Amino acid sequence: MKYLDEYRDSGVAAKILAEMRRIQTRPWVLMEVCGGQTHSIVKHGIDHLLPQGVELVHGPGCPVCVTPLEMIDKAHAIARCQNVIFCSFGDMLRVPGSDGDLFTIKSLGGDVRIVYSPLDCLKIARANPDKQVVFFAIGFETTAPANAMLAWRAREDKVNNLSLLVSHVLVPPALEAILAAPDNRVNGFLGPGHVCAVMGYSEYEPISARFHVPIVITGFEPIDILHGVLMTLQQLEEGRATVENQYSRILDRSGNVPAQSLIGKVFEVGDRKWRGIGSIPLSGYRLRAEFARHDAEKIFDVAEIATLEPTICISGEILRGIKKPHDCPAFGTQCSPQHPLGATMVSAEGACAAYYTYGRHLNPQGTDALHQIDSVPASVVHG
Amino acid sequence: MAIAEEIVNLKEEEKISPVFGSCPLPIFDHKQIVLGHGSGGKLTSELIENIFLPAFSNPILDKLDDQALLTIGGARLAFTTDSFVVTPIFFPGGDIGRLAVHGTVNDLAMSGARPLYLSAAFILEEGLRVEDLRRVVESMRAAAADSGVHFVTGDTKVVNRGKGDQIFITTTGIGVVDPNVNISASRAQPGDCILLSGTIGDHGMAIMSQREGLEFESEIASDCASLHDLVAQMLATPSETPDFIHCLRDPTRGGVATTLNEIAKASHSGMLLQEHAIPVRESVRGACEILGLDPLYVANEGKLLAIVAPEMGEAVLARLHRHPLGQDAAIIGEVVAAHPGMVLMKTGIGGTRVLDVMFGEQLPRIC
Repeated sequence: MKYLDEYRDSGVAAKILAEMRRIQTRPWVLMEVCGGQTHSIVKHGIDHLLPQGVELVHGPGCPVCVTPLEMIDKAHAIARCQNVIFCSFGDMLRVPGSDGDLFTIKSLGGDVRIVYSPLDCLKIARANPDKQVVFFAIGFETTAPANAMLAWRAREDKVNNLSLLVSHVLVPPALEAILAAPDNRVNGFLGPGHVCAVMGYSEYEPISARFHVPIVITGFEPIDILHGVLMTLQQLEEGRATVENQYSRILDRSGNVPAQSLIGKVFEVGDRKWRGIGSIPLSGYRLRAEFARHDAEKIFDVAEIATLEPTICISGEILRGIKKPHDCPAFGTQCSPQHPLGATMVSAEGACAAYYTYGRHLNPQGTDALHQIDSVPASVVHG
Repeated sequence: MAIAEEIVNLKEEEKISPVFGSCPLPIFDHKQIVLGHGSGGKLTSELIENIFLPAFSNPILDKLDDQALLTIGGARLAFTTDSFVVTPIFFPGGDIGRLAVHGTVNDLAMSGARPLYLSAAFILEEGLRVEDLRRVVESMRAAAADSGVHFVTGDTKVVNRGKGDQIFITTTGIGVVDPNVNISASRAQPGDCILLSGTIGDHGMAIMSQREGLEFESEIASDCASLHDLVAQMLATPSETPDFIHCLRDPTRGGVATTLNEIAKASHSGMLLQEHAIPVRESVRGACEILGLDPLYVANEGKLLAIVAPEMGEAVLARLHRHPLGQDAAIIGEVVAAHPGMVLMKTGIGGTRVLDVMFGEQLPRIC
């Protein structure tokens, strides 16, 4: 495919890998922040191409995974209401709340619809003036501009039967939380390419300086990721810690300024709960007071819903890079994509689901005999 | 109809029992059917294993092939049935009627059978335009004529507006199998070549792009076609190896990945694919990238997977290439002794990944 195949070239990959082996002198732990990167890594089998001693841990950048159970339960309570059309991105439909998922609600007669663009909800709301149309506005900074545009247009065009259930999270506070933890193992980050296409990367510079950690803003194709790993290794081996941009064909330091401006008009920064991590101060967006009329949390009576996360799940440690999916006793047994116990098994982008789908056979400690047959040594698997 | 209405009037917890009796097995977590139960993936298998097989089990059904092979009065017959519920009913490259003929003809052909006769049952929704029905039926007539089969029996029912989706069609087919042909998913063995008759994902993405109103530079058309002639040509490949075609499947719902998993499971062998060898049209790859879908899990309606004795791989491939429906055919991998029951793939950049069975519906990813 034009513009993509050159980023999936095995010859280029081999050259980058050779250069990594040439410069690497000791083990390093890198975290890819974004769920899209995790997906690409396991889909293309990148993790076990890396030189021994270069370990990738999967960060908290899957928006579906980090949406707290409580917010899922609120969404489900709204979707169950009469006269509601509940609109969502596709992969939120399978996320289980305390009682079933959106597919289940749909099968019981709820009007649940998948949209590709938040703005599709405007059309749906206009076509159904007697119904309340609710959009589940989740995601990182990447989806924030489109979600903000929906709220903006709803207010400007007076589409009063349209509201947003907002659960937006921000990357920089999560990185700080990971780095500030006493048990942190991460030496360097592959920064989130799509998030920075919107926000630029200047806000990562103080984090890199304060924690003396390299952050390389990285794309999503296999060559992007290998290149991002190489750039991070170069910094680590040279003792540098700065923000670099591997994804320069897409973004620059300042990002998409009009999008940032729209986000600022619609959202304000506030505390947010993260599934598996807990509450992080000033780590998310909520609708500004001017948009109260389009704020589903204010329109529907869901404020009282509070849900505790299951205790057996180690997704919090996985999201912070302290543990790998294979370290969980429930992985592949009690917990699978069919029956997810926690955040990271929920979405295809979640680290556990990605391991389950693509990398299960490489598990040296797997409980299923089928998963033990591959002869790839454990040291390679885990970097 | 009468039974269905009775069920609707029952209380929630009583709904399953009148149809299936009291089932001692724990019935999965879902208390009602969800869309994923019809996806051809794991949820569908659960339904078959937990509800249908316990009730209907017999040696022929238990093989779980796409068709039943019956020996009646010395004749070997292939027998199959399939229901079609596609939205929209007209799409680039076909329509529900054409699909209903090709789908059943292909299920027969995958046993090596020569398809002979079909039945058709129509469930029509009140309000369906007669002109649309006429178009669908005309399309079925043409597809049947192309496939050399005849409709010999049928049925029609009409349901209230809102109780159906324009038109549902069920076709049942019967064909005759040459006594020398021995094709079964269980016959795949290490060393065998895995052949694919052409590009993947065309049907699923044609439907998806229509349904979602997505417009691409070049229109994606369904690959909907009858494969019986292609199979006949493959079987006629000159060979000193008897029964050199070990297994045939058409990768419909769940796509190539799910179908190969079924074969791997049935034959207790492993599959190793080469990503770079798998033909995917540029437009389909592009559409899949945009929607976050994997073409290996997208439905096909005019493609087949063949597991062939290793020494015959190239010869069968050459036969495929000579047929209009096999021009993009390729050898995409081999059956291996390692990792029995699992399908692995060498990726384009040299990594390895597992191709698992799809769980339910393939969902577009958020980013």
